[in-house]
This record gives sequence, C-alpha cells and structure tokens, in this order.
Amino acid sequence: MRTRFQQGLDELRQKLLRMGGLAEQAVDRACQAYIDRDLNRCQMVLEGETQINVSEREIDELAFDLLAMQQPMAVDLRFILAVTKINADLERVGDQAVNIAERVIDMVSLPAVELPVDIARMSAAVSAMVRRSLESFIEAKAELAQAVLEMDNVVDRMRDEAFIMLVKAMNDRPEVTRQALDALLVARNLERVADHATNIAEDVIFWVRGADVRHNVPQEENGPQPVQRAATETR
Amino acid sequence: MGVGIQVENLNAWYGKSQALHDINLKVEANHATALIGPSGCGKSTFIRCLNRMHETSPEASVKGKVKIGDLDAYNGTSPTQLRRRIGMVFQKANPFPTMSIYDNVAAGLKLNGYNSKKHLDDIVERSLQSSALWEEVKDSVHKKSGASLSGGQQQRLCIARALAVEPEVLLMDEPCSALDPISTGKIEELIFQLKEQYTIVIVTHNMQQAARVAEFTGFFLLGRMIEYDKTEKIFTNPSDKRTEDYITGRFG
Repeated sequence: MRTRFQQGLDELRQKLLRMGGLAEQAVDRACQAYIDRDLNRCQMVLEGETQINVSEREIDELAFDLLAMQQPMAVDLRFILAVTKINADLERVGDQAVNIAERVIDMVSLPAVELPVDIARMSAAVSAMVRRSLESFIEAKAELAQAVLEMDNVVDRMRDEAFIMLVKAMNDRPEVTRQALDALLVARNLERVADHATNIAEDVIFWVRGADVRHNVPQEENGPQPVQRAATETR
Repeated sequence: MGVGIQVENLNAWYGKSQALHDINLKVEANHATALIGPSGCGKSTFIRCLNRMHETSPEASVKGKVKIGDLDAYNGTSPTQLRRRIGMVFQKANPFPTMSIYDNVAAGLKLNGYNSKKHLDDIVERSLQSSALWEEVKDSVHKKSGASLSGGQQQRLCIARALAVEPEVLLMDEPCSALDPISTGKIEELIFQLKEQYTIVIVTHNMQQAARVAEFTGFFLLGRMIEYDKTEKIFTNPSDKRTEDYITGRFG
C-alpha cells in the first residue's frame, strides 16, 4: 500500500468536496436571491467567488503534484483526471452563480414585474442536479451520475420554454423588456450550471467505470481478445 | 522479420513446485509485449520456457505447447535450433569479459561456422548500429574488451550480440533494472526501433517502462496469467481487480 499516495488522493477528494460545497452554495444563494430580490445574498455570492477560485488553484496544484510525483495508474489515474475536470466545472458553476447575482442586482434596481417564467422551479431542478452529481462523486456511484445525465434534458426544455415565453412578454409588454432580459439570462445561466453538473456526472462515470460517455458517442470496443482471461471480479 | 509466438496450456515446475499454471498467450509478431507482476509470479520462468532455458535448471520440467512462428519448441526442435531464432538479454549485462567488443558480437556467428572476415565485419557493424552502440565504440571494437564498457553500453553490446545471429524473437528479462535513466532511455528507444524487425517480449518490474515500450502487456500473479490486453487498457482500465490492485500499488 502506498500510504503517502493514498493520503494525497484523500486530500484531493476532501478539497474537491469542499469546492463542490462552495459552488453548490453559490448557486443556491444566487437562486434564492432571485426569488427574494435579496441583495445581501447577491453580495455573499460575489464575495464567495474568490474562495472558489483559490480552491480551484489548490486542487489543480495538488493533482499536478500527484501526477508528477506518484505516476498514478488505472483507477487512480482516472480519479485524478476526473477531479481536475470536475474542478474546472465547479469553478464555472461559481462563475454562473456570480452572473445570476449580477442579473438580480440589475433587476432589483428596476420595478418588480410579473414574468411568465418559473425560475424557482428551474433553479430547484438545477440545484438537484448539482447536488446529485456531487453525491455520485462522494459515493463513487455511476448509477447516481447516470440519473443526472437524464435530468439535463428537463432543464434544457425549461430553458427553451422560458426563452419563448420571455420573448413573447418582451413583444407584448415592451416596458418589461429589461426585466425579461435579466430573467432570460438567468435561465440561460441556470441551464449552463446544469451542463456543468452533467459534465461532472460524466467524469464520475469515467472515473468509476472507465467509460467515456460524453457527447453520446458509443464506446469503442478496444483490445485484442485475450486467449486466456481469468475469472474477473467485478469492481 | 519477427514471428508470432503461440503458447498453449503451458505448465512449468521446479521439482514438485509448480511455477506456471496453464498459460495461454498469443504474442503478436513485430510488436513489443511486456510481462509484469510481483517477484516470483513466474514471468521470468515463462520467457525462459520460450527458449527452453527453463529446462537447464535442476529438476525443472515443462508441459504444454510453445510455437515460435512455425517451429514447435518442444516437439522435434532442439534447444540449439530454437535459440538460433530467439535472442535473449538478461538483467545483468554479461559480455564475455576477455573478448574484444568485436569478438563479443561475432561470437555467435563464429560458433555457427561463419569465417569470412568481410561478412563478419559487416554483421558486427550492422549489429552494433542496430543496438545504437556503433558510434560510441567504432574506433575501438578490436582494442577494447566488452567488460571495459559502461553498464549501459555493456547491455547494448549484449543486445548487439543477440542480434548478430539474426533472431526472429528477442527476449529481454529486466534489461534496464541495473541501468541509470539515460541508459534506460537508450534501451527503450532501441526496443521501439527493434520491434520493426523482431518480436520482443520484455519482463519488467518498471510499469512505466512497460507502458512506454510495449503494445501489449500481460499481468502474472502466482504463476498464472491474470490478464493480457493492449497496454493502454491494462494501465488505464484493467478488467481484473487483481491487475488494478497491483498496478495501483495496493499490493505487491
């Protein structure tokens, strides 16, 4: 057993979980800020971004060190690669939360209006995707990650519906154009968070199963047929 | 050109102790195949069965089929015939210490009755070039003894000696384990080039080396071949948990 290497992998896992917690919290705060028109929460999201950026760098540095110093193989190599990609996605999730907070700040400066879009419902779906993608990482369960992939289509449809309804609102009521545009951008930001959650889930599947499920490309069957293969234990 | 190797139900013993159990393996011609596994797993015994060196150990015995190209190693073929077609390089470089560099390389040819100086000169130069040693020793092939070379050079001299008899298969048993990283790099580069002409089977404890030089890798454990597949598959996503535990350092 390579004790030092295992400690490094554990540390990497812990750091990514903390990073995941920060990104998840940022999205939840930004969505709640939209629903409550809450500038305090917006401020918390903006201030929290620095911490996410610092975490991103720390995780990359540790992953880089482990790759250089420990020459990981197989599941460990896949784990480190997955962590670096999930790390980048979480940082982008943090950026999208900041974008939402900035839209909310703009909206709060304008009169409140009724808009034909259910951002609360969309944000609940997106938060669930982020949470479940991180759960799939914590539990190393490809089945949980697979469920996240299936949720992405639902959020895409919500974004499409929001787009249609908000453009119609802008046409019908030009006086709400700016608020509708903010809502439209929030819907787009949320849809992008869902995309990042999907990427995270795909990376978890890659780590756990060694399968690349990105872009719905079927896996190529590779490798020669071994003449002899011992009875394999399933992982 | 290299030839393929077909191994079927190969078993080997040292006295009553069974060292290999039912090994089946097809080695691709003109490729490098690496064998990895913890000490005592049978990988060296396995390659020593390919050129019938195993049976030179006291009380050693073998059962099973080994085909080197169309030659049946254990049926109607003498060890000498077989070893003319299979070169071998060992962990520790073993040049003939009192012979010059030239005589080391020419030794196998002379044993096989080659006497023409011109012919020997050509083969010695070509072999030393193939083993990437020619440029370093071309002015002293007759003056210097094999033992006067550095460890890395001695190992390349042994490779040249093996290549001189124009084998089809080259077996390498941990050829770099006693070498520094620069000499190791030269041997690895050599393996990469040599596989165009020869079939190479290399036993190594260095998994990064297996990953760098071999297209196929077999994992041995307790005398059995647990898994054999493309090298990238073995090192990124092996099928058997025992392979994964070994290459990730969880045991062994």
